[in-house]
Amino acid sequence: MRPMAGTDETIISVRGLRTQFGSHVVHNNLNLDVRKGEIIGVVGGSGTGKSVLLRAIIGLMTPQAGEILVFGEDLTKMDPPERSAYEKRWGVLFQDGALFSSLTVAQNIQVPPREHLKLSQVLMDELAALKIRLVGLEQNSAGKLPSELSGGMRKRAGLARALSLDPEILFLDEPTAGLDPIGAAAFDNLVKQLQQNLGLTVFLVTHDLDTLHAVCDRIAVLAEQRVMVVGTMEDMLAFDHPWIKEYFHGPRARAAKLSA
Amino acid sequence: MASTAYFDVVADGASNRLQFFGSWTIANLGDVDPVVRQYVPSPGVPVVLDCEHIDRMDTAGAWILYRLMRRLSDNRAVSFERVDHDQQALIDVVGSHEEHVEEIPAHKAPLLASVERFGANIERAFLDTKNSIGFFGMLIQVLFRMVRRPKRFRLTSFVHHIEISGFDALPIIMLITFMIGAVVAFMSADILSELGVEIYTVELVTITFLREFGVLLTAIMIAGRSGSAFTAQIGSMKAHEEIDAMRALGLDPMELLIIPRTLALLVSLPLLTFIANVMGFVGGALVCWMTLDISPGMFMARASEATELRHLWVGFIKAPFFAVLIAVIGCYQGLRVEGTAETIGAHTTASVVQAIFATIVVDAAFAVFFLIVGL
Repeated sequence: MRPMAGTDETIISVRGLRTQFGSHVVHNNLNLDVRKGEIIGVVGGSGTGKSVLLRAIIGLMTPQAGEILVFGEDLTKMDPPERSAYEKRWGVLFQDGALFSSLTVAQNIQVPPREHLKLSQVLMDELAALKIRLVGLEQNSAGKLPSELSGGMRKRAGLARALSLDPEILFLDEPTAGLDPIGAAAFDNLVKQLQQNLGLTVFLVTHDLDTLHAVCDRIAVLAEQRVMVVGTMEDMLAFDHPWIKEYFHGPRARAAKLSA
Repeated sequence: MASTAYFDVVADGASNRLQFFGSWTIANLGDVDPVVRQYVPSPGVPVVLDCEHIDRMDTAGAWILYRLMRRLSDNRAVSFERVDHDQQALIDVVGSHEEHVEEIPAHKAPLLASVERFGANIERAFLDTKNSIGFFGMLIQVLFRMVRRPKRFRLTSFVHHIEISGFDALPIIMLITFMIGAVVAFMSADILSELGVEIYTVELVTITFLREFGVLLTAIMIAGRSGSAFTAQIGSMKAHEEIDAMRALGLDPMELLIIPRTLALLVSLPLLTFIANVMGFVGGALVCWMTLDISPGMFMARASEATELRHLWVGFIKAPFFAVLIAVIGCYQGLRVEGTAETIGAHTTASVVQAIFATIVVDAAFAVFFLIVGL
């Protein structure tokens, strides 16, 4: 049932996407396919609309044109209850975790099951504790408020909440931004491990070359308002485009390559 | 799509075989989990967990099976059978973390928690009062320092805050004092005309406004309008580390932020009080004219003849006190914002509540004082 990285089945399909804010066009005629079971990394310079693409896919903003199919369905054409059934099948980690500030970590993790499912409190407590360990947090962080956690811990807690309904797709928005290199590497490993163990498809927006080297099966580069190229790290290194060359051959890229 | 999760027990004498069916995913586990919890086979009989018929499984399902296995293996042999590769991987993942899965600490009893909160609130109220007074002392200190070096006074900021907290507040203050003036006149006209002394309505309006209503209504309005704004502005600067940045750049937040705001209120609140008094008179005079046939000219003549000037001073003397109270509480609460932005709301509420409370307490103290000294 759970496929290995990169099957041929397409789980997210974006066709002819156009998004704009006022007169500022972010994407124009953007196409992207995400295969089931892969980790795809989306990169691009600042302002190329990486996060906007993620928000468009999960339905937080409505594109001006184009079609977005997730699980083979166009979610924008559904009414809210029908949508909600699909939304439960993905988890999203926002940049700073976006934990609910008035709830403890355990309560944050229990929000999706409490709202969507009928589970006993005991089972929810057990599952929250399991998810907390799964993302590598200390058990005693369960009762802490988000303001009592460090940035890295907040991200892990956010990841635990994103995983709380055992989603099929995991959206990560700059998961390693703001973490120290050791924490970032640990987070990369965690994502890879979870992806393998739970059979997730991971859609990952990042700036972090180490992450790209360490975990991504494929990389999609956003430039000139569209997806310039999709492929493996080798494809990126061979591709001839000034920005991509600079990005993947710059001094930081070389360091990342050495350590990968 | 989702089939429910359930299991059958097949007992063949030598062992109990549990056959699991359906989707063991989190969405389907609400009903089956209590049944699994309650399942107790006779002790000693080996149990086989047969996973052949499980369609789908996620970490939650794997957790329930793993937990069952752990519980039963206390006093019998338990084994998994016909677990496919992916299911085994999930059970292993869940199992590798099991040793750490403990009960989340129980919540405190609600009654105890509310008593505790009550106590904490009282303690905080005392601390807030004490610290606000300390903050006021600091403010005075910085003011004296500034008197010696007047160049450090931020004139632009000062004028800006007079505009924001004074001039921009004019319409709302004029409107409410006009209406309250009219209401006071209506109420007293009604009662006094029964006694045949409706002319006293004029005194009632003028004296209550000059002594109490003008300054008190203005102060309450300013506490809600400017006190809260001070807290929110300074609080969000604090949350974004702007205050720290100022200190790191060798700037004094007291000089830059707090002094201009406090002095601005010190100027605008008395001015607004004057306008408030005038508008209260206008409202009262209008009602007198409409219901009692006392013309505005008569109203003014009666007011200047019967209302002594001391009432005006009694009201006005309070305005600067209220201004300092509101500014100090507003700025202090803003500086108390810590860490993230979510505490700004709580501090803004506290700022308005404390400012209005302090204003009324001080007003009552003044009333007693004036009574004793006979003003």
